[in-house]
Amino acid sequence: MAWDSGLRRLMMIYLPLGCFVLILLFPFYWMAITSFKPNAELMNYREHNPFWITSPTLAHIKHLLFDTAYPRWLWTTMMVAIGATTLSLVASTLAAYAIERLRFRGSPYVGLGIYLAYLVPPSILFIPLATVVVQFGLFDSPLALILVYPTFLVPFCTWLLIGYFKSIPYELEECALVDGATRLQILRRITLPLAVPGLISAGIFSFTLSWNEFIYALAFIQSGANKTVPVAILTELVTGDVYQWGALMAGSLLGSLPVAIFYSLFVDYYVSSLTGAVKE
Amino acid sequence: MSVTTLSSPALAQRQPNWLVRLFDYKPFLIVMCLAPAIGLLAVFLTYPLGLGIWLAFTDTTIGQRGIFVGLDNFQYLLSDPLWWNAVFYSIVYTAIATFGKFALGFWLALLLNNHFPFKSLLRAIILLPWIVPTVLSALAFWWIYDPQFSIISYLLVDVLHWRTSNVDFLGSPWPARFSLIAANIWRGIPFVAISLLAGLQTISPSLYEAAMLDGASAWQRFRYITFPMMMPILAIVMTFSIIFTFTDFQLVYAITRGGPVNSTHLLATLAFQRGIAGGELGEGAAIAVSMIPFLVFATLFSYFGLARRKWQQGEAND
Repeated sequence: MAWDSGLRRLMMIYLPLGCFVLILLFPFYWMAITSFKPNAELMNYREHNPFWITSPTLAHIKHLLFDTAYPRWLWTTMMVAIGATTLSLVASTLAAYAIERLRFRGSPYVGLGIYLAYLVPPSILFIPLATVVVQFGLFDSPLALILVYPTFLVPFCTWLLIGYFKSIPYELEECALVDGATRLQILRRITLPLAVPGLISAGIFSFTLSWNEFIYALAFIQSGANKTVPVAILTELVTGDVYQWGALMAGSLLGSLPVAIFYSLFVDYYVSSLTGAVKE
Repeated sequence: MSVTTLSSPALAQRQPNWLVRLFDYKPFLIVMCLAPAIGLLAVFLTYPLGLGIWLAFTDTTIGQRGIFVGLDNFQYLLSDPLWWNAVFYSIVYTAIATFGKFALGFWLALLLNNHFPFKSLLRAIILLPWIVPTVLSALAFWWIYDPQFSIISYLLVDVLHWRTSNVDFLGSPWPARFSLIAANIWRGIPFVAISLLAGLQTISPSLYEAAMLDGASAWQRFRYITFPMMMPILAIVMTFSIIFTFTDFQLVYAITRGGPVNSTHLLATLAFQRGIAGGELGEGAAIAVSMIPFLVFATLFSYFGLARRKWQQGEAND
């Protein structure tokens, strides 16, 4: 009986879970292994087992770092992500505080309006936004991306932070008000410190979403040096008919690492706020 | 005299200057707090949205101001087989990918809802496809789908001997369409699974205990407890998923750029090709705007279709 239920558990839970993990992670394994394979092994499955590397090489990564503008792209992407995240965090913290704590007539509607903004997908906006960016003289400048990314980051972060502010007891602020603290003091000394976990998760989400963004970066940036990693790999590294798979995969791997590392540092915040945001 | 000089610093501390007092004035504070968010959204979201709808009714091209042409752009689109093609594939792509994501994601969520060691580590690992930039994982899929060196072909031909020749994943329309859908499902599973897992964890175990006592089978417990209880969260997650799958761009642009023979164009990639790459801003905007009715319809359908039970029973039954 015990053996029977153990086997049943194995077949019903562990086996399908194992398949899921295998399929979900395989492309990353393939990406990683391709990055370190010499071209001879890459193009010959008959003599070399494709799932393993017999003589790993750093040639692809070296090519990427020294013969292309890859470090520059990484740097631009990092700056854009940090800039857009900072801007969005400031704007959405203030907005969430006003909507949830300052309570004015119509504050639920303002909240709803900001939430609805999240449902407007970038693929509807990129053409008119391109003309707006040109009007502002920001075409081909990473600054345009820093200013445009908050359009999808602010709704998301505000939504997340409203939920977070709700969980902080209002009595704390009332006590401080009675003691004669100004509203700004309350925000700085009481509400914000208590909201730090919420701010961290909003920050990680913003950072990963900015790093991931593609269509705006593709439409607004023209010169090779100003491109972000996802756009640059696709438009600068894919050349001719013979694809340099080793370098392409190395570029994808290196481009994924910063987000993956950032994510792994804060994974608990990430998962809990993701699940919390959906439950709301 | 000496008393006033002594008390003045103390007074100054208690009586803040006018700037601090201004920030304590609630209406001013509300405006100041909302200004950055509303300002950014107004300039870079609301205005462009309006401008986009306006552009759709003009013949604007890059570098040239257009004039109002009424419904010409839309009339042209209706007679354009490529636009119909994109509408068709956008719907197929959204329907199959959403179905796949939710079927597999729900299954994965049910699996993760069991107790076993290293659960949180597993949950963290499973989210990876969702974290990594789509274009970068799409490139990995492009390489996996390579006509000559595809690892899937290698497995099917050389290891399993199921086929005699390599699979041409991206070379002809239907295989290319399904290859993209598979990549989209792969990327969507983690988000669906984690969101639904959150929903599963809110279902009270006492419901299952009661059902067990009444002798309900595993399938009956799923059908009459899990599934109905998950409806509200399914409605929200599915609405999001449909919106972002229908307007997807990155995956298709990275893997096929709409080919072969324009068979895998989504409305978003077609809008990019005409609007930005081709310079026909007006026509591109019209294609983008033509997504809106589909989005509204899909949103209403998924939201009300799935949330129906909830409002039929009333809020209090939660």
